[in-house]
Amino acid sequence: MMNTKYVLSNDKVSQYNKVKVRTEEVSLYYGNFQALRDVTLNIPECAITAIIGPSGCGKSSFLRLLNRMNDLIAGARVEGLVEIDGIPIYKRAIDVVELRKRVGMVFQKPNPFPMSVFDNVAFGPRRHGKISRGELTDIVEQSLRQAALWDEVKDKLNQSALALSGGQQQRLCISRVLAVEPEVILMDEPCSALDPVATLKIEDLMRILAKKYTIVIVTHNMQQAARVSDTAAFLMMEEDRAGVLVEHGPTSQLFTNPKDQRTEDYITGRFG
Amino acid sequence: MEIRTTFHKRLREIQDDVLIMGSIVEKAISRSIEALKKRDLDMAQQVIADDLKVNAKRFDIEEKCIKLIATQQPMASDLRIIIGVLNVVSELERIGDYAEGTAKIVLMIGDEPSLKPFIDIPRMAEKTKEMLRSSLDAFVNHDAEFARQIVVGDDEVDGLYEQVFRELLTFMAEDPTTITRATRLIWVAHNLERSADRVTNICERIVFMVTGKMEEIGASKY
Repeated sequence: MMNTKYVLSNDKVSQYNKVKVRTEEVSLYYGNFQALRDVTLNIPECAITAIIGPSGCGKSSFLRLLNRMNDLIAGARVEGLVEIDGIPIYKRAIDVVELRKRVGMVFQKPNPFPMSVFDNVAFGPRRHGKISRGELTDIVEQSLRQAALWDEVKDKLNQSALALSGGQQQRLCISRVLAVEPEVILMDEPCSALDPVATLKIEDLMRILAKKYTIVIVTHNMQQAARVSDTAAFLMMEEDRAGVLVEHGPTSQLFTNPKDQRTEDYITGRFG
Repeated sequence: MEIRTTFHKRLREIQDDVLIMGSIVEKAISRSIEALKKRDLDMAQQVIADDLKVNAKRFDIEEKCIKLIATQQPMASDLRIIIGVLNVVSELERIGDYAEGTAKIVLMIGDEPSLKPFIDIPRMAEKTKEMLRSSLDAFVNHDAEFARQIVVGDDEVDGLYEQVFRELLTFMAEDPTTITRATRLIWVAHNLERSADRVTNICERIVFMVTGKMEEIGASKY
């Protein structure tokens, strides 16, 4: 009974351009422990998909599947299919560095490098190829503008990034991701260390970025998921603690009239 | 495990408030018709004065709903209950206004002689009150199926209204001196007919509250 699987139906997806990231019956193991079971999910392009669910249900693990961050964990093993633009990313021939450039990630705590604002943003482009000083300056400015940070830092590009406020640091981390021209941006609780105003700024920024990028956000904050996302997926743990996808649907529907009683119980706070 | 105990307790209290408001409104219908039958002008005055209590109750419930939305961010069925409550109280408030309207007509009629004994108008009032009571049961039990059944009663009220209207029309045709009195009674019947329509609106809101679907479940003839 607990194995019901929901896939966003095709007519719902067609409201969006197309499916950018697709997982089919994906399971993730850490050694003997199964963290995710048979997750089948279509993530639409140029839209924000929120992953919600109780602690430990595998939300972050799922996110990390999408740019093979779990490869870095010893004993992690993936079964099933993960595709980006129809291409399976768990093939041996896939260049993981290139993949992570296409699929960038923003973390819970802002993690600027201990260097200048400019060098933080320039870090990726420098690593990914030879580039002239002029081009680099353009990329840095563009990335900072896209992250709605330019006006606040344009006069202190050479100052240490660590001197910025928490909200600014997080937007700097977003600029750093944007600088390598990704297609998908994964955000793992990007606002949980920020104050409410900084949080709303990031959310506003996400809506703007969603015009160009596919965004997947993991959040504990249901109101944030409701405010910011286009589609939302609810994961929960089964008895053996493996995370399963319970329901995925348009955000407006999932938060007003969920189809599955377990989603209803979770979002109305009848279990947690 | 229930984890939002305080929130759900408040939500329950708001629904209890709706029941209280509903019973005040039901009483207003009863007393307005009673005042008409007995030509009891004091009772009519009382119905008019009591309508302020209905309005105050409505604002009180609305305020509680707004506070819950602002502070608790309700979701899914909880959110639909709150939206349902907001709609239901405004329908109840209107039904209260119709009863008040009837009481005002009673004052206008004053001690003019009756055209005829009252039969169908009290029957309309009884049926409307029965529908109202049932709708409040359906509301508190979150029973969409029952809400759909209640709506059928509106046809009966419409039928009685038609009957009253035809009869009074005959009076007016036969004796033009009855026109003023007959017209006033048509207003009373119309108030009851509209009250029953409002009950069907309440039933539609209950269906939405429970199922999340907006449906028109009964279209009145009037």
